[in-house]
Amino acid sequence: MNHESVNPVPIKHRFFTPGVIVLVIIALNGLVFLMGRFFFGLGAVTNLNNQYPWGLWIGVDVAAGVALAAGGFTTAALGHVMHREEYHAVIRPALLTAMLGYTFVAFGVFVDIGRWYFIWHPLIMWNGNSALFEVGICVMIYMTVLYIEFLPIFTERFIGKVNLPGLLSALNKPADKILRFLDRGLSKTMFIFIIAGVVLSTLHQSSLGTLMVIAGPKMHPLWQTPVLPLLFLLSAVSVGFPMVIFESLIASRSLKLRPEMHVLSRLGSMIAPLLGIYLAFKIGDMVIRETFVYLGELNTASVMFTIEILFGVIIPLRMFLSPKVLKSPPLLFTASALVVFGVLLNRINNFVVAYTPPYSAESYFPSFGEISVTVGFVAMLVLAYRFVVLNFPVISLPGKQTAQPTKYSIRGVEK
Amino acid sequence: MSGKSRRDFLKKTAIIGAGVTGLSASPAKAAPKNILSADRMGVLVDTTVCVGCRNCEWACKDAHDLPAGELFSYEDRKPMEFRRRPDHTALTVVNEYSRGKNSNLPVDVKVQCMHCDQPACVSACIVGAFSKQENGAVIWDTDMCIGCRYCLAACPFQIPAFEYDKALDPLIMKCDFCFDRTKNGKLPACVAICPVEALTYGPRSELIKVARNRIKRNPDRYVDHILGEHEVGGTSWLYLSSKEFKELEFPDLGNNPAPGVSESIQHGIFAYFVPPVSLYALLGGIMWIAKRRKELKEEEHV
Ligand code: SF4
Ligand code: SF4
Ligand code: SF4
Repeated sequence: MNHESVNPVPIKHRFFTPGVIVLVIIALNGLVFLMGRFFFGLGAVTNLNNQYPWGLWIGVDVAAGVALAAGGFTTAALGHVMHREEYHAVIRPALLTAMLGYTFVAFGVFVDIGRWYFIWHPLIMWNGNSALFEVGICVMIYMTVLYIEFLPIFTERFIGKVNLPGLLSALNKPADKILRFLDRGLSKTMFIFIIAGVVLSTLHQSSLGTLMVIAGPKMHPLWQTPVLPLLFLLSAVSVGFPMVIFESLIASRSLKLRPEMHVLSRLGSMIAPLLGIYLAFKIGDMVIRETFVYLGELNTASVMFTIEILFGVIIPLRMFLSPKVLKSPPLLFTASALVVFGVLLNRINNFVVAYTPPYSAESYFPSFGEISVTVGFVAMLVLAYRFVVLNFPVISLPGKQTAQPTKYSIRGVEK
Repeated sequence: MSGKSRRDFLKKTAIIGAGVTGLSASPAKAAPKNILSADRMGVLVDTTVCVGCRNCEWACKDAHDLPAGELFSYEDRKPMEFRRRPDHTALTVVNEYSRGKNSNLPVDVKVQCMHCDQPACVSACIVGAFSKQENGAVIWDTDMCIGCRYCLAACPFQIPAFEYDKALDPLIMKCDFCFDRTKNGKLPACVAICPVEALTYGPRSELIKVARNRIKRNPDRYVDHILGEHEVGGTSWLYLSSKEFKELEFPDLGNNPAPGVSESIQHGIFAYFVPPVSLYALLGGIMWIAKRRKELKEEEHV
């Protein structure tokens, strides 16, 4: 083997730092408002009403959450489907982000729907015409797939190390057997799940874009277009790698590790073309529908649209074209963060800013409670991520040569 | 790589593909009831006749077990000073606008669900709780609803309302065309109570003829437009007016059915599951080739 070997290990670092304590407080604050939502109803905590049925939670927790978890399927496509092993070091962190990301998307849906105890209804009550139905089903299946993809990391952590306390220790041997059995079965079939994950992702990433098409003229023409599903898919694909770089650099900073610049800059060099395609479609759509006239007016919509395109797409696109940016961690971080910001803003724009219902007395702005819950979810996600990388082999330490076979090779076709 | 494992790989891919296609038949059919009967009923609202007595508001609440108060309390004109929208406490409301052409009287407009012929709510609802019934009513099954409020986001007339203040069992609420009454041949409660016959209940096709006739006989009284005849593909409730409908705050919607674009996108992506399955096969192929190429390279090196 002449490529760099990957060596994911549980990172040795203490869990609590001052920053972590701040996150815990933010998370607790979110939980308080969540309790308010469940005891007193959506109206008590949110600014939603009959004119504005969807707000921050759908725009950010769900729509942006799904988009920003796109690192999972884009790296899987690159590393496993195209079999570029040099990228294997980033696959596990991306997989973890996707898994946690979708978990919190599910929480987001759960707290936003008014009749949460019926969240399982779409499983047995189908409406093939509904974009929301498709998003819901795909997200549910994909989340399961992500957990299956993560299982090998779990088995790897515990095989040969099962050590149950006290009386349960009698179960050590059988537990180990089960893990080994799982592990063997999984390595033979994993490619099925990996491909399924990529297919499911392309489906629901685009269908998220179809969601607001039915709102028709209620949505500002700068965003309302029949190609929304394509734009959503392209933007999700182009935010996948920036998100991986973004979190990898944050994680290495926070856990005092050397950033994996050789992998990250190579990932970074692929972003410009992806962003370019997205931008081309976005501008093409604008030219064909002649919506640029709305940019001449000065209002929230035109300002938000300009910020989204300029800071979220054009500037980072230019940055990713420069070799200097690709080699410098701070610049690479900035460029990636801009793309992440751009897609986040795009989803907020699509679901909140662009939505102008016909009879609203005043426009919607999220309440303190809504913001608290959203920020709280983000804090919880970061905490969960930290817990997992400290306890499971997710992050690879660069340089070490204890090559472990990657669990994601296509075992079915091995020699 | 041995021939056996290669076959294995292809076989597994094929099985998955077949499995997914097998599912395809049912979801394609899995859509809620959406009947467009030629005899569907409708209501013609003649805003030039309506006197704004708000008796229909009372009757509607009374027929739906909502707190209605005393009928005489509706003589109070105070609410007419505001613009109101139907919500979970009132499935229909009457708003008042300044006078129309050739008249000194203000224009009163009763607002409720339009019972679209191509309803966006039916198309959108994630669990298919909404349905368009044979008699024209667009109703929904509360027991299915998960409270996602996609129907609110989808409805072009911004009609469905949600009980935001209930922690448990919040409901979607809107005019149900008095389905429990109309399915048994009774009049909708609002139509039955209207003292001036501003509301006419009947087969939609007949109502359109009636409306055309009224416009023809009184061209000075009406604008030449039956709202709902063509809007968003047609609605069961139809309006006549002495003023442009835009001035009465009806949204400017065009004649294309609201769910049209979104449904064709959905059906395009999912045309009998062919696109997803092809994508699956394509990715499987790429994966296999990439892996194979790598192995060949490594064999060369040895
Ligand atoms: S007006 Fe709205 S709620 Fe009523 S049928 Fe049409 S789409 Fe559905
Ligand atoms: S709120 Fe209920 S009725 Fe409306 S779309 Fe969601 S599940 Fe359907
Ligand atoms: S048809 Fe029935 S539900 Fe609809 S507004 Fe009239 S009384 Fe109310």
